[in-house]
Amino acid sequence: MNWPKPGRIRDWIEERLELSALEEMGRHKRVPVHRHSIWYYMGGMTLFLFGLQVATGILLLLYYRPSAGEAFESVQFIMTQVPFGWLIRSIHSWSANLLVFVLFVHMFSVFFMKAYRRPREITWFSGVALLALTMAFGFSGYLLPWNTLAFFATQVGTEVAGAVPVVGHFMLKLLRGGEHVTGGTLTRFYGFHVAVLPATATLLLGLHLLLVQKHGMSVPPAIESEAKREGREARTMPFLPNFLLRDLIGWCVAIGILAALAAILPWELGTKADPFAPAPAGIRPEWYFCWMFQTLKLLPGHVLGIEGELIGIFGIGLAGLVWLLVPFLDPGTPGTGGRSRLFSAFGVLAILYMAIMTVWVYVAPGG
Amino acid sequence: MCVSMLYPVARYISPPEVPEASTQSVVAGREGDLKPNQGKIFRFGEQPGILVRTEDGGYRALSATCTHLNCTVQFRGDLKQIWCACHNGFYDLSGKNVSGPPPRPLEEYKVNVADGEIVVSRA
Ligand code: HEM
Ligand code: FES
Repeated sequence: MNWPKPGRIRDWIEERLELSALEEMGRHKRVPVHRHSIWYYMGGMTLFLFGLQVATGILLLLYYRPSAGEAFESVQFIMTQVPFGWLIRSIHSWSANLLVFVLFVHMFSVFFMKAYRRPREITWFSGVALLALTMAFGFSGYLLPWNTLAFFATQVGTEVAGAVPVVGHFMLKLLRGGEHVTGGTLTRFYGFHVAVLPATATLLLGLHLLLVQKHGMSVPPAIESEAKREGREARTMPFLPNFLLRDLIGWCVAIGILAALAAILPWELGTKADPFAPAPAGIRPEWYFCWMFQTLKLLPGHVLGIEGELIGIFGIGLAGLVWLLVPFLDPGTPGTGGRSRLFSAFGVLAILYMAIMTVWVYVAPGG
Repeated sequence: MCVSMLYPVARYISPPEVPEASTQSVVAGREGDLKPNQGKIFRFGEQPGILVRTEDGGYRALSATCTHLNCTVQFRGDLKQIWCACHNGFYDLSGKNVSGPPPRPLEEYKVNVADGEIVVSRA
């Protein structure tokens, strides 16, 4: 038999898929090099962790059962009977937390580098949508083991959605699959967690990455004007392979950290949810929801005749809207390299508020 | 066309009303289950209720669903108050919200003791 020459296989594929166009694109992709370049790795790290969530999530699906009678027991089975089940579940849980953390770092770094300026507004919007989806991933995944903490977190979280004026009650029923948190809620959350959210997130990620590819990496205005003043070209490095290899080092480190965390601190399971037991003392949500939790806790029953929780929900909703509209609110004139220090100060304030509220939850669990 | 396809989907995702047999009265426990200054959760239909035996030996029964954001409350013997662990809300033994975020009192139920059974019913 006559084997085709290797070159002919390449030609055959090339004629049908035109991969050389991709190759050409890859050759042109360059990443700016300056003293803030380290932040360019955060998006890639988030992407890597998302891939890890998909992979470990699919593995969990092989044993997990989404019903009130079986969910807790099936996760217990994964942790104690399935070979390396503890590893897969612990990595899924730890990596979910690391993902949220890296996502926050990525988001605030693009905020301070003002990468949302024209023409990257839609990149920013898709990022904010991905943030919302990630929080939804965390919230829905948290219920899946059907333990006590998760049960009350879901009570509170869905009740918050229910308190929204006009559409609240509809949303509450949509989320809970009825008036109350039951096994039906668990089955719904499971559907969101493993089908609706992954599909939506994949589409949005596609848009986000396409726009990043189209516009290239943004250079912070301060660095740009510095280079202009000194009359030199801004330095860059090729994405392939220089930048990607550096990415890979970071991903290897992340895998190492996650494996160590999973081995030393395997993720806890807690006690099975009992709808007829009181909420346990010291209850709190995952750390990335703590700033909202503490805000709701500090608000009294009524403020000027309005229910405190409504004010909290309105405030948090407004903060989300402001965050979404950042590209339009920054008064720094785009294009001229102008920047508003005052606007960056808002970012610092936001971080301070979230950090103080979160630390508060951990140091004074009762108060 | 679009409407005829979307309408069934929209209706499908909002769950059907399951008529909840509205429970009027349940046996929440037996006399002697609780010591004075102790409380416990009981099932009032599909919802949790809280039964408290006061220091003088009387009984109080209330809805156990916090009026703030739906957590299940518990009796704190040390403070002689009802406490919600979720956001540190407090109620007195008649269900009145006394501090923390809860905006409204807990619904109070009637308690009757007959033949050693503690019967709780909607007022
Ligand atoms: C396609 C993607 C994903 C699939 C198929 C998936 C699947 C699952 C399954 C089956 C569970 C229940 C088992 C368990 O509780 O250990 C779970 C739990 C969880 N997932 Fe995911 N997941 C995915 C993505 C994500 C992402 C992106 C996050 C990021 C925030 C996330 C966060 C969580 C959390 C916090 C839990 C609860 C962990 C626990 O206490 O066990 N998941 N996931
Ligand atoms: S749910 Fe009870 S205080 Fe918030």
